Amino acid sequence: MSRADNLVDAAWVEAHLDDPKVVLVEVDEDVSAYDKGHIRGAVRLDWKTELQDPVKRDFVDKRSFEQLLSKKGIANDDTVVLYGGNNNWFAAYAYWYFKLYGHADIKLLDGGRKKWELDSRELTDEVRPRPATEYVAKDQDLSIRAFRDEVVAAIGTKNLVDVRSPDEFTGKLLAPAHLPQEQSQRAGHVPTAINVPWSKAANEDGTFKSDDKLRELYAAAGLKDGVETIAYCRIGERSSHTWFVLQELLGHTGVKNYDGSWTEYGSLVGVPIEKTA
Amino acid sequence: MCGAPAQELSLEGIDVGQEAVVQGTVTKGGEPVGGAFVRLLDGSGEFTAEVVTSATGSFRFFAAPGEWTLRALAPGATGEAKATAALGAVAETSISLS
Repeated sequence: MSRADNLVDAAWVEAHLDDPKVVLVEVDEDVSAYDKGHIRGAVRLDWKTELQDPVKRDFVDKRSFEQLLSKKGIANDDTVVLYGGNNNWFAAYAYWYFKLYGHADIKLLDGGRKKWELDSRELTDEVRPRPATEYVAKDQDLSIRAFRDEVVAAIGTKNLVDVRSPDEFTGKLLAPAHLPQEQSQRAGHVPTAINVPWSKAANEDGTFKSDDKLRELYAAAGLKDGVETIAYCRIGERSSHTWFVLQELLGHTGVKNYDGSWTEYGSLVGVPIEKTA
Repeated sequence: MCGAPAQELSLEGIDVGQEAVVQGTVTKGGEPVGGAFVRLLDGSGEFTAEVVTSATGSFRFFAAPGEWTLRALAPGATGEAKATAALGAVAETSISLS
């Protein structure tokens, strides 16, 4: 799998707006963004209320995911194209999540909402529900999802990529700077992690950098070849962006996203933390 | 959550004494610009956060104390400004697009 299979540009989307087998899915944390305007025909997915279990900290189970996609009118043989705000953070997260449950044909719109808006392309507030389907999901593909014990075991042995901003990595900040700085965890990073902020993989307009530039970026940061990789951030959505770059654009194998990320790791009792700020 | 909350400038319910706030408005030709993308860049120019301005052009960040660069993008226009953040203070900064 490579860039040509997994990433599409705005022209591709515009050419497929009336294709009934192509489903555009907008995923934002700010769900009101969709109401203010979305790409014609797009359905909305709420990463929090629809993709997270309402009680325990985990994803919805397979049956609930099947019900969700059936209700949204997404069929197993549809091509799903994800896009969203925040430089596609949550769209990349949903992409990874759809992969986790085994959706076959899935793509990300390069640049997401941001590039689309900066190009002044058409947005509409018209909502067009799709007829319900009978979606069948697969069991979670745990080859792309890391849990806490694997992260601890990966210290000094696997590639650990912390994709948060440098100030979060060193422990100066606990959350991205557009959010109040909650104090529920210890600050810092997993020992031996390299810090490659997700933003280094993207251009200012939200599109991904070229494969050559991306390869240079991770090589220069010390990502080792032939070793499995675990990416993490604070809650697992920015690291989905980097997971997408490493596995879906550059074709690395053995790349996992640690969705527990710093909000889990930084709260664990007794695990090693490196803090440099 | 890592997503940006709605950008309106009420600080109600937030302990500002514990935050180093950088906030302001994006304007073009003196008029506020809604829907602009504003990035907070650290001292080395590295991305730290990004928000979209409200209908009245407002944005806000919870930064750390220090020097920051703000960079704004809108269709066909960009702008930049500097800000100095301090704990317990609100650094008001406007960005003019051209």
